[in-house]
Amino acid sequence: MNLQIKQEDHENTHHLHIAGEIDAYTAPQLREALLPLTGKEGHETLVHLGDVNYMDSTGLGVFVGALKSSKEHGSSIKLTGMTSRVQRLFEITGLDEVIDIEDVKGGSK
Amino acid sequence: MDDRDLQYQKYKSILENYLQEQSEQTLYKGQQFSRKMIEQKISPEEAVSLHVSVLEELFPDIPQRLKNSYDFLLEMMIGYGFAYREHQSLRSRQQQLESEIEIAANMQQTLLAGDKPDVKGLDIGAISKPAQKMSGDYYHFVQDENNCMSVAIADVIGKGIPAALCMSMIKYTMDSAPEQRMQPGAVLENLNRVVEQNVDPNMFITMFYGLYDPRVHSFYYAGAGHEPGFFYDAEKDEFEELYTKGLVLGVSKKTSYQEYQRVLYGNDMVIMLSDGVTECRSSSGFIERDEIVAMIRKYIHLSAQEIVDEVYRELERLQEFELRDDFTLVILRREV
Repeated sequence: MNLQIKQEDHENTHHLHIAGEIDAYTAPQLREALLPLTGKEGHETLVHLGDVNYMDSTGLGVFVGALKSSKEHGSSIKLTGMTSRVQRLFEITGLDEVIDIEDVKGGSK
Repeated sequence: MDDRDLQYQKYKSILENYLQEQSEQTLYKGQQFSRKMIEQKISPEEAVSLHVSVLEELFPDIPQRLKNSYDFLLEMMIGYGFAYREHQSLRSRQQQLESEIEIAANMQQTLLAGDKPDVKGLDIGAISKPAQKMSGDYYHFVQDENNCMSVAIADVIGKGIPAALCMSMIKYTMDSAPEQRMQPGAVLENLNRVVEQNVDPNMFITMFYGLYDPRVHSFYYAGAGHEPGFFYDAEKDEFEELYTKGLVLGVSKKTSYQEYQRVLYGNDMVIMLSDGVTECRSSSGFIERDEIVAMIRKYIHLSAQEIVDEVYRELERLQEFELRDDFTLVILRREV
């Protein structure tokens, strides 16, 4: 079980490219990468999830935490390119209605 | 002769043996001896000190400079001694924590001992197994004076103790608002307010709440982001998804939950589960929802309790008897 995170910054826009599995073991790693970005006022974070082949509820929890943090700090977060399995999780939990998800049905490359 | 002297004599004889003949056997005896010393909580610096006293007896004319070097070694070992004692105390603290968790797990079992109610005309099956000692899954039946039965099934994000604590909060909240029981949407709205105020930002809870009224054979339900269950239509012999729309509990202050209704005819079933059921991974990949349906179908001739037990057993086999997530499955069937 492994998670790779690549970060690219263009001024106030941050891209996080995530690959691997997001579960109870790797979620803290994602949280550490994500929360400092959502804590910056006016900054935008784009999370690319096309190479995430598994995510459990702990992973969803990280995004819930990031969403709350972005609201609190006046930043924004957007998820993009998720596979249909991951997308289903966001739909079941109703989180697709509160989190900004770019509707590009991405697959694994 | 006291313990110290005995130890001294024993060590002396092993060391003498070894100095005469460097045999594997004597080395092995030394290993055994050291194990005993560890059992008796002899610290590293005491072990060195023992060695030095024996040496001084065996070689009375040992050069002073060598003696000094032993004092130096002793000083060096004191740090190791501290580390060793710290390890000892951590170990005993760990044992204490483990026994506390054991007690908490037992308490949780008592708290959640969800007795299945006896509802006329309804066959009920329920199973819930934690992946670790404490469960973040929850199911709960309540029966009121009109013979109506409410059922809640919830999954707290994460596992272990934080999840279990959070779930206790759910139980108390549910117990404290009995007048709402008849309105699944209102129950979830109330819970959402409580959860939103009281959980860590990364935490949320999914819940399915239903109410069965045997007078009209109707099942009223609402869901908060919970893995959809199934409805089995006995006449058509078909399973369909028991879809509910609603956000998980604990994310947004103002959330409303839509209420749904199904009428149950003879042998119709309502199947509720936690995502541990569909998220579990066997060695060959994920277990798909279709497979769960196929398993239920396979045992459909059995009683509701037997079905949930058999499905659990089968999933356990598929996962090589190692649950990765808490598992909960509840089946209600209207008897003919």
